[in-house]
Amino acid sequence: MSVLAKPRKSLTLARQEVRDGLWLLAPSMLVILIITVLPIIFTLVLSFFDTPLSNPVPRDFVGFGNYLEFLNSQQFWQAIWRTLYFTLVSVGMELMLGLGIALLIHARPPGWNFLRTSLIIPWAVPTVVNGAMWRWIYNADYGALNGVLLSLGIIEKYQAWMIDPIVAMNLVIVADIWHSVPFIAIILQAALAGIPVELEEAAAVDGANAFQRFLLIRLPLLQPAILVALVVRTVEAFRVFDIIYVITSGGPAFGTVTISYLTYLESFTYGHLGSGSALSFLISAFTLVMALVYIKILYRPENRA
Amino acid sequence: MKKKTPVQTMRNLVLMALVLFFVYAPITWLVLSSISTRAELLNVPPSFIPKEPTLKNYLDILVPGRAASEVASTFKVALGNSLLVATTTTLICLLVGVLAAYALARLRLPFKNKLLMSILSVRMIPEISLVIPLYIVAAKLALLNKPAVLIITYLSFALPFSIWMITTFFEAVPMELEDAARIDGCSRLRTLFNVILPVATPGIVSTGLFIFLLAWDEFFFALIFTSTLAAKTAPVAIAEFTGRYAVDITAMMAAGVLAALPPVLLALIFQRYIVSGLSAGAVKG
Repeated sequence: MSVLAKPRKSLTLARQEVRDGLWLLAPSMLVILIITVLPIIFTLVLSFFDTPLSNPVPRDFVGFGNYLEFLNSQQFWQAIWRTLYFTLVSVGMELMLGLGIALLIHARPPGWNFLRTSLIIPWAVPTVVNGAMWRWIYNADYGALNGVLLSLGIIEKYQAWMIDPIVAMNLVIVADIWHSVPFIAIILQAALAGIPVELEEAAAVDGANAFQRFLLIRLPLLQPAILVALVVRTVEAFRVFDIIYVITSGGPAFGTVTISYLTYLESFTYGHLGSGSALSFLISAFTLVMALVYIKILYRPENRA
Repeated sequence: MKKKTPVQTMRNLVLMALVLFFVYAPITWLVLSSISTRAELLNVPPSFIPKEPTLKNYLDILVPGRAASEVASTFKVALGNSLLVATTTTLICLLVGVLAAYALARLRLPFKNKLLMSILSVRMIPEISLVIPLYIVAAKLALLNKPAVLIITYLSFALPFSIWMITTFFEAVPMELEDAARIDGCSRLRTLFNVILPVATPGIVSTGLFIFLLAWDEFFFALIFTSTLAAKTAPVAIAEFTGRYAVDITAMMAAGVLAALPPVLLALIFQRYIVSGLSAGAVKG
């Protein structure tokens, strides 16, 4: 009897645990369902309709019309290229500089603690303040960049930096680097601190030089942290909007319009919610692919902290 | 490890000076601009160190009844809105997030891993992917230009973040503590609030800090959902004023410093939590 009763009892206990769990999870799941899951589905539906901002109800079914429209438009492909350029250059630079700074802190030069604390500041400055600050630095008539370069004799007269789209894009990237390098440096520095000293000492005893130790010991052990930083930053860079809005407003002549910015313009400036939805659904799709990559990295058994 | 040669130390110090210059030069210019008089700021080339430093721009914003310019009066309201929205978002996320995180960290649920992964994916969804339906619904419910719409929509990124991070911290609390409480007959909720939460306090503080910073930093939803002076948050007010040419730049820079001060101070004071939080959750970029 008791043998039979036992599993039944644990079954009800398990069932009660699931029931408790559902109650505890219910508020969160409800919120996520209403403000994230349903809107994404609604976005997908909207993307198949012609929907004006002035009267936002899905009206004329256009099938894949909205998608085809921008797949055939030069504006869309230019925005994609700009987004890829921004993502590649900013994330690439941030990773290199971040790794460099992490290694520098790890070498414990006098004052390393002050450097580590200082890095928190750019990270914590709100994105919009960061943008406003750099916009003022780049100002054509009174900005600090012109002032410094003129004082050093590098330029002969003040330059209007923001009239060339390539220069404008690169200057936006500089502002983004200022904000984001600390994030990568802090993560990598923490990961470096977790590497056992004995490993490197043993390698040094075996005659490995500093570069070999970096390449063969540190880099492989840092790989999970680097991948996490890479994915998080790539997702963020791909959706870049705020800093561009503040520094260039997409100008000059649409020269810094990225895919998020195009979606914003399409939806809220031109009032085409249908094609805006199609664009934003593409961004979601890209993000979900990146999220899968991220999960794969986090859930590899050796990376579970 | 081997002792560093003087040359290596020298090289490290030079590199460090370069990094520190890159970190501090822009902020220094921001702060200097905010305490300069307008006339002095428009010197060509700039004098950098103001000869007559002034706190006028700050006082205009902060002291009641002194708001001389549009920037100053708008910005005072905007700072208040930011504070209201960020604080409320943080409190809601912590409360709701703690419940969910407890279930995910402690209960044996068959769907747990799938759920955690979905929450992680949801956290990465960009605001722009949600904004159109949210805008349509908010307009229908007459919620535009109300703080509530920002608090509700901010949950879309802050809540998954909160659940994920608190779950990580709860998993680190020793199971024995909880078993003891359960055997003593504590209900789940009492166990959570009386046993687990006190132990996990540093993690909760860290999570709350990150959510506050995320909400304070948020720009896109605030830009779309608010258009009246009374409803704007600090980032929207700053973005709007920088876009205008005839704007009072010294007042703007003071506004920027004031908007940056709360997150920067919080991050510096709770530095330890930030570093551990970044490594644990690896989230806000």
